[in-house]
Amino acid sequence: MAGLELRGIRKDYGATAVLKGIDLSIADGEFVVFVGPSGCGKSTLLRVIAGLETVTAGDIHIDGTEVTRLAASDRGLAMVFQSYALYPHMTVHQNMSFALENMGIAKAEISARVDRAARMLRLTDYLQRKPAALSGGQRQRVAIGRAIVRDPKIFLFDEPLSNLDAELRVATRKELAALHAEIGGTMIYVTHDQVEAMTLADRIVVLNGGRIEQIGTPLDLYNRPANLFVAGFIGSPRMNLLPTELVKGEAAGTAATLGIRPEHVEPCQEAEADLTVRIELVEQLGGETFLYTTGPNDVPLTIRCDGQSRLARGDVLPVRFSRDHLHRFDAAGLACRPEPLLARSPS
Amino acid sequence: MTGKLRTGKLSRLLLARRGGASWHWTDVASYAYLALGVLLMFGPVAWLALSSFKTPAALLEFPPSLLPMAQSEVSVQGYPQPLPLFRVTMEDGSVRELAQVRRVGIVAQMVDPKEPGQTIRVPADRRTPVRHMALAVENYTDPLTQFDFLRFLRNSLVVTVVATIITLVINSMAAYALSIYEFRGKSLAMLGVIGTLMIPITIILAPVYLVVTKLGFVDSLWAVILPGAATPTGVFLLRQYMLTIPRDLIEAARMDKASEWRIYARIVMPLSMPALAVLAIFSVMWRWNEFLWPLAVLTKTEVHTLPIALNAFQGELQTQWHYLLAMTVVTLLPVALVFAFLQRFITSGIANTGMK
Amino acid sequence: MTDTIRSHGAPARGPSAAAAVTTGSANALMRLTDPPMRAVQRLIGALRMPYVFLLPNLVFFGLFVFLPIGINIVFSVTGGTALFPSERPYVGAEHYARLLDCGSYLEAASCREDLFWRGVGNTLTFTVFQMVAMVLFSLVTALVLNRPIRGRGFFRAVYFFPVLLSPVVVALIWKWILQRDGLLNAVLTTAGGEKILFFVDPGWAMFWAVFVSVWAHMGFYTLILLAGLQAIPRDVYEAAEMDGTRPWRVFHRITLPLLWPNLLVVLVLVLIRSVQVFDEVFVLTGGGPGTATMMVVQYIYTTAFANQVQNFGLAGAASVLLGAVLFVLTLIQLFLTRRRAS
Repeated sequence: MAGLELRGIRKDYGATAVLKGIDLSIADGEFVVFVGPSGCGKSTLLRVIAGLETVTAGDIHIDGTEVTRLAASDRGLAMVFQSYALYPHMTVHQNMSFALENMGIAKAEISARVDRAARMLRLTDYLQRKPAALSGGQRQRVAIGRAIVRDPKIFLFDEPLSNLDAELRVATRKELAALHAEIGGTMIYVTHDQVEAMTLADRIVVLNGGRIEQIGTPLDLYNRPANLFVAGFIGSPRMNLLPTELVKGEAAGTAATLGIRPEHVEPCQEAEADLTVRIELVEQLGGETFLYTTGPNDVPLTIRCDGQSRLARGDVLPVRFSRDHLHRFDAAGLACRPEPLLARSPS
Repeated sequence: MTGKLRTGKLSRLLLARRGGASWHWTDVASYAYLALGVLLMFGPVAWLALSSFKTPAALLEFPPSLLPMAQSEVSVQGYPQPLPLFRVTMEDGSVRELAQVRRVGIVAQMVDPKEPGQTIRVPADRRTPVRHMALAVENYTDPLTQFDFLRFLRNSLVVTVVATIITLVINSMAAYALSIYEFRGKSLAMLGVIGTLMIPITIILAPVYLVVTKLGFVDSLWAVILPGAATPTGVFLLRQYMLTIPRDLIEAARMDKASEWRIYARIVMPLSMPALAVLAIFSVMWRWNEFLWPLAVLTKTEVHTLPIALNAFQGELQTQWHYLLAMTVVTLLPVALVFAFLQRFITSGIANTGMK
Repeated sequence: MTDTIRSHGAPARGPSAAAAVTTGSANALMRLTDPPMRAVQRLIGALRMPYVFLLPNLVFFGLFVFLPIGINIVFSVTGGTALFPSERPYVGAEHYARLLDCGSYLEAASCREDLFWRGVGNTLTFTVFQMVAMVLFSLVTALVLNRPIRGRGFFRAVYFFPVLLSPVVVALIWKWILQRDGLLNAVLTTAGGEKILFFVDPGWAMFWAVFVSVWAHMGFYTLILLAGLQAIPRDVYEAAEMDGTRPWRVFHRITLPLLWPNLLVVLVLVLIRSVQVFDEVFVLTGGGPGTATMMVVQYIYTTAFANQVQNFGLAGAASVLLGAVLFVLTLIQLFLTRRRAS
């Protein structure tokens, strides 16, 4: 197990820059999630760390040793692929032992390690099967098992849950969290799904357009998004973003955009209303209700209410914003803060 | 083929007759064409096989009989050689089996095997030979002892097996490099492979002969094995297939600390088995049948392969068709067997790749 | 590799030993080959490994294709009977001039190297007739096989299996049938005809050379055309049927245009192989009667190897000319295949 440090990583494909200078430090044993929209460079960054892509500039250190020029096979990392990349012609046992054979480990030791991992992942009954004879979830576990037996310095996960159905995804997410608690390795996890990011990560790295937008714990990002991108990306439904002049008493400051999460908007008396909105759609989920509304100038506003609601489409509703939870962003899209709270900077 | 089709008039004309529908003339024509095809394609080979079991005497008969028949012979007291047996219609209309002593013009001198003392003269057109089915197995066994046939068989086998192994190994290595990696000079290498596609050995016979001489391979089987071992066809076939292997698998293997050689041998090769099998069959076919190049380079009889030996025999043994036919059958047999078992595989492989 | 080969006195022993090694388990082979290859990878780095994988094939191509092409060109401009280029005097374009020196290109007898031109003429005749017959028969056969007939697999196999036969075997099979007292003459005389000496009559000899080639190879082209036919979507035919199109028009306006790319490939492949024809015809007729079926390749082969004076220079010049023709034909083929693929 080991820490990882990236300094000024750049990656160009011809004239296109995919990574535009990434600095990041990951502590030993940490579970870090790279999240961002597709094309943001998160997978490329993971592959750069793995050694499957060369860098255009910058360097990579694992445990204080520079590995930038080292081939993937010499970095001692393990990776779980989105497609699982199980060797179709090998049994589960052979899939898990292949890496150990490559490392020249004794047969008995290999068997012991494979058995241990198989027990942990409930794969013992399937060791002699080929991948084609396994369900999606089982394949996924084999892919993880293949990484575990290695006892690698760092685990890399490339959207490992995206091929599973919703129910299995939730279950496997929990198992992954439990696994990290149990074996405690350094894990780097790429996903476009912010729920996975929020639930799994010690720290989240939000990437956009080849740059890091913000680094922080899940709640950091949720509570104090550093910019409009993070504000809009983290949280579901998305944070409401309104021009400042729509809200009484806010126009005076430097902020150009106000952000308010749906759960921090509440119906109120007309007198104390920040805004009056018209309901366009009501989503009743039983335990909670989402109101999709439009305010002045057709600005959309989403409201989350606990419990069930008797409101209906076309109703007009005065709403108030919880001042403690109001996010203010300047014209450049950066959060306005008394003392600017930047991403917890590495080292 | 078995799928249900709509019984439109046109599709019936174009595609087939359907159960219950009456036969259209195109159906009759199709089956007639196919029947003729079977006769024309299989007939000659069947004729070869039947002929190969005929005795030299039976081969000289004209018109030839369909099955391998031989004239029955009897030993008659007083005659050193066995005499041929005939069925003779006598003047009184009775039929007797007589042995022929000699024939002079239109008259044959016959003898009854039971009464050897008395010669009977009968007109030659009153007798028909008594025949029985006789398989001349010695056509197959004699060449083994007389012409070192086993050696040619072994030479052909060695050439086929060794050349196919080398072909599979080096072509799959090249295909692996050209399908999995990006490297400087890759397009140049591809161009080189395409270039060799245009140069059949036919037009570089003499210089290849020179190279082989320089390497000291003349009149050794290596002279036949090595020049054709790297085939552009093989490289293309394998490369096309390897391109379909997911890149993730290669990268997973790299993450699993596999060396590039191990990725080739343990991941890519096993996954390319279908393409390797097609190339193996092609290679066996090419090598087993190869003619012009061995003809040029194998001058000593002891290194001849089967086709070369056959060709030499047909020059030397013009009168000994019985041996030649039997050896032809033996040359044909392995290919026929391979085809019988792998027919579907071969035809679909060729249909998919468009090469042979 | 060279060392092991040379160390064997009897050349046949080498291959069988090699075969024994490969029959050993794949694991043993892996244990044997992995450490050195791993060492190579450590030495040069993973990124340069593709060169190692390419090396054996390139050595083979270099030795047996690229080098010979060069030597061939040297042969064609040097004279004498020596095999090694350094011992051959330079003669410039003499061989080419000799090959191309003709009173009239339409009259082989007027040429200085009349045998070459007879070969060219025969090859052209052969090629024209073979192309027509091959395309015609394989197209008809493919069309018939594309109908859902009973036992299609069997019939397809029947037409295909001669493709696998050795040209020598093919030639001997037919030689046996066509000989003076052979099966065909037996059928002819039974039908009341006269015996024909097929290999004494130049016309018949050429006919049978073409016939036997078509017999041996039409199965291959039938397969390519059949694959093309089966790739035509059935609903195209059904649409035509809904439109009330007549059968001949369907063939003319739908089948033929959609099959055209495959047909073109077949045409060019037949052309390329016809120009190089040698094996079957050589064994069947020996080039005779006289030189009536002697092809260009046979001319090259005899000039270089079978004649008492081995004239590598002349053979080399003829090869270069043939190579130029094949080069153009192959370029056309590659162009067509590429267009079909895209």
